Parts: sequence; structure tokens; C-alpha cells
Amino acid sequence: MSQTHKSSAQASPKSAHGSGKGKSPSVGAKLVVGEEGIATLLAILKKIGYKTIGPTLRDGAVVYEEIASLGDLPVGWSDEQDGGKYRLVQGTKGSFFEYLVGPTSWKRYLFPPNHKMWEADRKGGSFEVKNIDPTDIPSYAFIGVRSCELNAIRIQDKVFGFGRDDKPEAGIFSDPGYVERRKKSLIIAVNCSRAGKTCFCTSMGGDPHVVADQGHDLALTELISGSRHEFVVEVGSERGALIAELLSCRSASSSDLSDEEAVARKARSQMGRKMVANVKDVLKRNLNHKRWEEVASRCLSCANCTMVCPTCFCSSVEDKTDITGNHTERWRTWDSCFSIDFSYIHGGAVRRETKSRYRQWITHKLSNWHEQYGTSGCVGCGRCITWCPVGIDITEEAKAIKDTGE
Amino acid sequence: MSQAAKKNESGCGCHSASENPMHPRPFKVKNIWKELSDTFSMSLVPEDGGSVEFEPGQFNMLYVFGVGEVPISVSGDPNDRGTLVHTTRAVGLVSKALDELKPGMTVGVRGPFGTQWPLDVAEGMDLVFVAGGIGLAPLRPVIYQAMAERHKYGNIAVLFGARTPEDILFSKELMRWKARLDLDVQVTVDRATGAWTGRVGFVTKLVSSGGFDPKNAVAYTCGPEGMMLNTIKVLHERGVPYDRIYLSMERNMKCAVGFCGHCQWGSSFICRDGPVFCYEQIADSFTIEEL
Repeated sequence: MSQTHKSSAQASPKSAHGSGKGKSPSVGAKLVVGEEGIATLLAILKKIGYKTIGPTLRDGAVVYEEIASLGDLPVGWSDEQDGGKYRLVQGTKGSFFEYLVGPTSWKRYLFPPNHKMWEADRKGGSFEVKNIDPTDIPSYAFIGVRSCELNAIRIQDKVFGFGRDDKPEAGIFSDPGYVERRKKSLIIAVNCSRAGKTCFCTSMGGDPHVVADQGHDLALTELISGSRHEFVVEVGSERGALIAELLSCRSASSSDLSDEEAVARKARSQMGRKMVANVKDVLKRNLNHKRWEEVASRCLSCANCTMVCPTCFCSSVEDKTDITGNHTERWRTWDSCFSIDFSYIHGGAVRRETKSRYRQWITHKLSNWHEQYGTSGCVGCGRCITWCPVGIDITEEAKAIKDTGE
Repeated sequence: MSQAAKKNESGCGCHSASENPMHPRPFKVKNIWKELSDTFSMSLVPEDGGSVEFEPGQFNMLYVFGVGEVPISVSGDPNDRGTLVHTTRAVGLVSKALDELKPGMTVGVRGPFGTQWPLDVAEGMDLVFVAGGIGLAPLRPVIYQAMAERHKYGNIAVLFGARTPEDILFSKELMRWKARLDLDVQVTVDRATGAWTGRVGFVTKLVSSGGFDPKNAVAYTCGPEGMMLNTIKVLHERGVPYDRIYLSMERNMKCAVGFCGHCQWGSSFICRDGPVFCYEQIADSFTIEEL
């Protein structure tokens, strides 16, 4: 599935840019730009009406927020990650993208943590629903989407029905707000130049380097050494081609391409963790394993893993009524299978014990997801390991169950 | 024989592909009445004058303005295309607010959602309906449907268990059904009170002795999970195979369309893959605690 390719041949939400600059590069073309090319890219995206979201520093971490220019990027920063540990550290001087994924993911924008689904006013003896999501959806340009994150976006596409036809008779619906936000989003991917101690994308069927048809419009590979600071730009879609045309690019030479490949090779070789093979069936066979008790003795049931996970999609709704009692709003907020209320029905919560909640999370992510959506729910980004306050490691738990289970 | 519970093939009455499935449709309360000390029913008609369609076993999300939304199975007659009837216990914030509504007031409805009780798999066979407590409400539409096409089936047994005689839901209707010669209706209570002269004991006792041919019957059960588990055990002991036993599950739901994740049970979303399941399909999940 690569909907971004199909969606539009127009680069911009406003179509404000010119079209007479000659032949645009074709999808799959590889070009090279310098630092100023990235500055130009940001400026162009803003000019043609995109809200540019990208990595920036806040609260001692790299987060994805609105950025205006190169100055907002965490230039020169890198990170150290491990179970329960995240530290910013000085990286290669002047580098734009050396750090890896932080606590935010792009789902914050496509599936916002808190958003209004509709509002209603009392009218006579009845009520009238209005301002139903989607309304006022911005056109986002996501800058710096990693390969694992592209996979995560495509997994959430399946959950919320982007690129899928509704079948109400079979209970298959799409989320109109998600679909609209996704349709209007442009994706500028960045290939990882390194992997961290909590990375394991390669054992989840991914790769630190994006491949054709992965859903990006452009993909950047940062080449930095000595005085050289350039980026290989791979054109991923027709929309991406129209934007690439506006940058001052040269074609990539064979030595540029081998430099690009060296970056990918290095990242692949640094994977800090590995998921055991056939984890889907391993977990399914071991729903009564004693390890669930053991991990529950460490798990705080804090829900951090589900908040940082780029594919976790559970939500709750809250109806907020104003003091007149005549106006009400329904808000959707992220929820987590780790909260006790999550499974509440009359008579009490179904998953009372932490072991049941941890089991729900990991079996859903790694096992049941396959039956629901034809893919794993895990992309190997490692966020749940890094951001777990006690460093519980999804790969270690899966391995423990495999090693001692049925 | 269809293995899975049947999807609604006739199309849904309240939403279409072009509509936002999260958007409630206003209905007027036509009538609201007490069934038991904590249980009530309400009939609803669409304010837009359209029709309502649902299949037996399906549920709606009922919304009280400014209060919230709850999933409730339809308990009315599927052949009545003008009115929706729901029966529920007033035990939570929203269901208590529903209970306080008066005729003429408005309720938001999203739905119908979910799978239905499949009757087509039972043509020419005996039907066994086993209900515990409020579990009779989601079964009533399929009992109506079976009675409307009575000639298609062999014996029909309605086996119902309530905690006490005061908890017998739809008691007048059960009496009327009992008077029919083409239905075998049996009621038992866990604990007798007052002037009760009927049977005492769990509903599983009725299953052990009920008038149906286990080799040629399809069973439909709804009630607390423990009651359903024991019912299935006894049905199976009598010779009803797992692929001819259907049950209805309950879980927390916020969206009813597979987005919110609350109703997940193993790889199933109860809102979409259920609430009605063929037991054979979910037998492995049913016995795992806190799944």
C-alpha cells in the first residue's frame, strides 16, 4: 500500500508553486543537495502551505513539533538509549539527523492524543450534532520520518482505514478524520545513520533505510564527514518529484550512492536488540506462562509504552458539557490497555491483574495484530524499551517466553 | 454449516458508508417502562422519520445528551421496522440517565453494530435458547424471529434462569409463550422467595433435561460468562457439537467500530467480530482468565 503515490500529483495544498521549471525528476531518482537544500526544502514547504513538523529539542529530548527553519533542528545532537534510559549527547558537529527516535511519534498528528470528534447543541426537545471531525485539517509536512516510523504509519493506516473501502455491513469503517489528515500529509523520510541499543527494526521485517513504495514522498540520507555535508534525496512519489524539482539538486554519482549504502550498512550492523523468530505463535501458545507473573512484578502498569508506541491506537471518549447544559462536546483521548478502567464492565474490570494487562499488550502487539490486520503491530523502534521507567524489554520478555515456554 | 456468527447482510438501518460512524442519530423516546426493580425497557423511533433495521443479536450505542454513551443490545422484534426496543439494567451513569428519560425526549443512536444470531444454520433442526438474567434481552429478537417462521424449525426450547422470582425478566411474555403448544418454555430460579412454586436450581439443570434432540439442535446462549460456560459444558455433554453453539459476549466499548480497542478479546473485536460468536471459533479464548 502506498497511498501517497496515488493521492495527488500536486505538490502543495494550495498549488501555489510554479510548474514551468522543466521536467521533474522521476520517482526513484536519486539527487544530491547541500545543507542549503534542506533550508530551501523547509522554506518551500512552508511557502506552499504545509505546516512543517519535525524534530526539535524540548525537555531534554528530541520531539516532533512545528519547526520553521534549520535552526529549530537539533543540530549537532545525538542520543544514547537503553532500557529505561534516554540521554541527549553531543553528536557529529553540524549534523542534522544523527539522533534516533524520541518519545513522540507521528501518530500525535495523524491520531491526535486529544481531539474533538463533534459537538452538539440542545435544540427544542432534541439536539443537533455539528462540527463533526474532520474540520479544519491542516496539511502537515512531516520532516525526518524514519523507516520504522513509515512502517508504523502504514500499520495505523490499516487500523483507521486509510486506503480501504468501508463495508458497513461487515462492521468495517474508516475514521474520516484520520483519513483526511493522512491524505493531506507529506512525508519527508530520513534514513538512519546509526542504530541505538534499543533498535530492532531489522528483526521486525524493517530496515533503517527506506525502500521504494514505503510511503514516503522524499527520503534523505545525510552524508557528513570532514567538510562535506550533503544529502542524497530519493524521490519516493510524484508529489515528492514536484518538490525535488524546486531544490537545486545534482544527480547522485556512483560514489554518492556507495556513500549512501555505507550509511545504511553501518546502521544495520548496529541493531542493539533482536526479536525472537516466530514470536506470533510463541506468545499464542503461552497465555498461561509463569513469566506473566514475573514481568508483572516489575511492570508499573504506567502505560508509558503504549503512549510512546507509534502503532498503539486505543482511545477513550469523554463527553464535556458546559455549565448551561445546552452545549456538549465529545472528545477522543488516547487510552491504554494498562489502565484498570480500560476493561471495565458492570461488575468490575475484566483485566484486574497487571499480568493480564501486560499479556494483553504484548500479545496484541506481536500476535493478535497479525490476525486483525495482516501485519505485526511492532516495527522495532525500541521506544517502549527506552521509555519504560523500569526498563522492561519487549524483546527480552518474548525471548524468555520462547526459551521456557511451550 | 456456517462456522462463524453471521454478519448483517441486509445492510444497516442507521448508517451508510458516506456517514460518519461516530455521529449519533436522534431518536425520540416513544415509551419507557419498568421491567424489574433495576431493569427497564424503552422504545425509540427515529426523529428523521426513517426506518430502523437490525438483525437479532446486534446492538446500538445509546447516547444521552451531555452524559455519555453505552452499548445495549436490541431486545425488540426485528420485524417491527419502525421502532427500536432496548432493555437494560440501570446500573451505570449512562444507563441510569436513560432510565430517567420520559416519552418525547431524545436519545442518540449509533448502530446497529455486530454479528447476529444465525437462524439459517438451524432450518429443520431443534432450537435451544438458554438465557441467564438480563441475557434474555439480547436473545428475545431471535426468539421472535423463530416464532415468526415457526414452520422452519423442529422443537423450540426456551430455557431461562433468574436469581429469584422477582428477577424473572419479561415474565408476562414468558407466560404467554408457555401457553403456546409449539414452544417449550421452562423457567428456574437460583433461590426461591415468596410464593414461588416453580423450579429451583441453575439453568444448566433445564439444559440437562430440556426437550430437544442434541444431535439435531442449534443452541443460543446469553448470560453471565460463568453461566454460559456451564451451559456449553452441559450442552456438549448432551451431544450438541461446539460448532452448533452460539453465545453473545460483553466487553467495554467506546466506539463500536473497531477503533477504540476496548472490546478486544484475543484477536477479536467484540464490536465487529461479535458480540455473537460460534463457540467453536472462540473455545480457546473462553477459558482463559482475564483475557
